[in-house]
Amino acid sequence: MKALVAVKRVIDANVKAQVKADGSGVDIANVKMSMNPFDEIAVEEAVRLKEKGVVTEIIAVSCGEAKCQETLRTAMAIGADRGILVESTEELQPLAVAKLLKALVDKEQPQLVILGKQAIDDDNNQTGQMLAALADLPQATFASKVEVAGDKASVTREVDGGLETISLSLPAVITTDLRLNEPRYVTLPNIMKAKKKQLDTVSPADLGVDVAPRLKTLKVSEPPKRGAGIKVPDVATLVDKLKNEAKVI
Amino acid sequence: MTVLVIAEHDHATVKPATLNTVTAAIACQSGDVHVLVAGANAAEAAAAAAKIAGVSKVIAADSASLAENLAENVAAQVLAIAGNYSHILFPATANGKNVAPRVAAKLDVAQISDITKVVSPDTFERPIYAGNAIATVQSADKVKVVTVRTTGFDAAAKEGGSAAVENATGVADSGKSAFVGREVTKSERPELTAAKIIVSGGRALGSSEKFQEVMAPLADKLGAGLGASRAAVDAGYAPNDWQVGQTGKIVAPQLYIAAGISGAIQHLAGMKDSKVIVAINKDPEAPIFSVADYGLEADLFTAVPELVGAV
Repeated sequence: MKALVAVKRVIDANVKAQVKADGSGVDIANVKMSMNPFDEIAVEEAVRLKEKGVVTEIIAVSCGEAKCQETLRTAMAIGADRGILVESTEELQPLAVAKLLKALVDKEQPQLVILGKQAIDDDNNQTGQMLAALADLPQATFASKVEVAGDKASVTREVDGGLETISLSLPAVITTDLRLNEPRYVTLPNIMKAKKKQLDTVSPADLGVDVAPRLKTLKVSEPPKRGAGIKVPDVATLVDKLKNEAKVI
Repeated sequence: MTVLVIAEHDHATVKPATLNTVTAAIACQSGDVHVLVAGANAAEAAAAAAKIAGVSKVIAADSASLAENLAENVAAQVLAIAGNYSHILFPATANGKNVAPRVAAKLDVAQISDITKVVSPDTFERPIYAGNAIATVQSADKVKVVTVRTTGFDAAAKEGGSAAVENATGVADSGKSAFVGREVTKSERPELTAAKIIVSGGRALGSSEKFQEVMAPLADKLGAGLGASRAAVDAGYAPNDWQVGQTGKIVAPQLYIAAGISGAIQHLAGMKDSKVIVAINKDPEAPIFSVADYGLEADLFTAVPELVGAV
C-alpha cells in the first residue's frame, strides 16, 4: 500500500523566534530552518511500516516556497521514495494545505496519510483533521503506536488522562505525537541517494485549489514579560517567601 | 446570532475546561450562549451544563455513537446543528483539538486555534511559536470555529444558571472508526489543568522510582498535581499525560514548582503563565531561572525532601 506523508519547513526547534520590530510577524530571515519535528516522526513511521513490508511506496509532500525542496530531500534521505512540492509563495493556512493534500490524496490514492500533529511555528494542530474531514476519512490524532493489519489500523493515542486505542478502516489519516518513534539520523550515503529521487513540482492552480488566506494577521507582538525573580539561599527562605510574600501556600 | 460551546464531559459531569470556554463564549458578545453535550446516557452532564451561569440553552444529543468521543461522530453531531451559530467554541483539550478542525473544514472556514483573548467578535489573540509571540488574527468567515486555551479565561460559575435542556437526535455511527480500549493514568491528585499547585520533575530525577520517591511526597504535602518535562516523559519516568509544555498540557496554577527541569522553550511555553514559579536546579545557568520568581540553586535530591519537611 502507498503512504503519503506531509512535511513542513519551519524554524528549527532550537531557535527562539524573534518578533519583528514592526509587528508584522516573526523574523525568519537568516534563521536555521528544519523539518517540523512531528513531521519527521511521521516520515520515520512510514519508513518503519515500509521496512515491515506493510507499506510499499512513500510519497512525501510539502506545500510552500521552492526552499521546501530541502525538506522533501530530508524526507527522502530518511526513506521516502519520492517527493511532491506544491509550490506557492502565498501564506498557506491549514485549510488551504488540507485542500491541497486532499487533491493529492484523490490522485495518489494512498491507504495511509501520516502527518505531524502540529507545526511548531503556528501551533495550529488542524491540518490532519481537516484533511480527514475533506476526504471523508477516519482519523487517529496524537498517535503513540500504530499497527496495521489487513484493511485496519490500530492506533494508540495520547489523550487527556492517559492513552486510548482506536481501530480505523483504511484508508485513514494519522497524526503523530512525540513518543511514536525516535527518527533515525540521516546518513551521508542516504542524503546522496535522496538527491537522485524523483521530485515533482505542481502549483495550487494545477490541483484546482484556491489557497487564499482566510485569517488575516493584524499584528504579532512579544508576550508579556515576567518580572525578574530572585534567588533564595536555602529552603527555609523559600518557604518563608512562599508563605509570607507570595502567599501561595 | 448565538455562540455554541461544545462541552467537555464524562457523561456524568461537566469538566472544568467547559467553564472557561463558556467565559470565552460570553466574551464573543454575539448573543446567547448554548452548550452542546454530545454523549451517551449523559443526562446528568446535560443537567450540570444547564446550571452554568451565562448559558441559555443546553442541547443534549444522546446516542451510543457518542459514547467514546470518536471524532467522526462528534463532528457530525456538531455539524448537524452548526447552521444556527455565529461561533462554535471548543475547549483546547485533546478532544476539542481532535474534533474542531473537522467541523471547520466541513463548513469551509478557517479555525482559530488556542485563543487566549477575544478582542472583538471576529478578532482573537493566540500564542504562536511556543508562546514566544502573540498573534492577533481576524476572521472574515461567516462562522468562527475556535479552540479556547483554558488558562486564558476565568471559569464561569458552575451554579446560578437555569438553562432549558433541549434534546437533539443523536447521529449514526460513521462505521469507519471504533473504540478499542483505554489505559487511564490512575491518580488521586488534582488534574493538571485544574490544579492550584503543580510540582513538576525533570530528567534530573533519573528514574521513575526516584521520580515517585522524591516528587510524590511534595505533591501529597501540598495537595498538588504532578507534572513532568518532556525529557522525563520520554525517558519513561512519568506518564505521557503529565507532560507540561508547548505540545503537552498548558497550565497556569497559583504555584508551579519545577525541580530538576532545565527550562527548554517548549517547557516554558506550557507553564510561564503560572502565578508564582519556583525553580530548583543545581545548574546556575539553567534557563528555568529566567522565568522563576524564586530560584533555589540546589541539588533537588536534598532540597525537595527538605521542602517536604518545611511546608
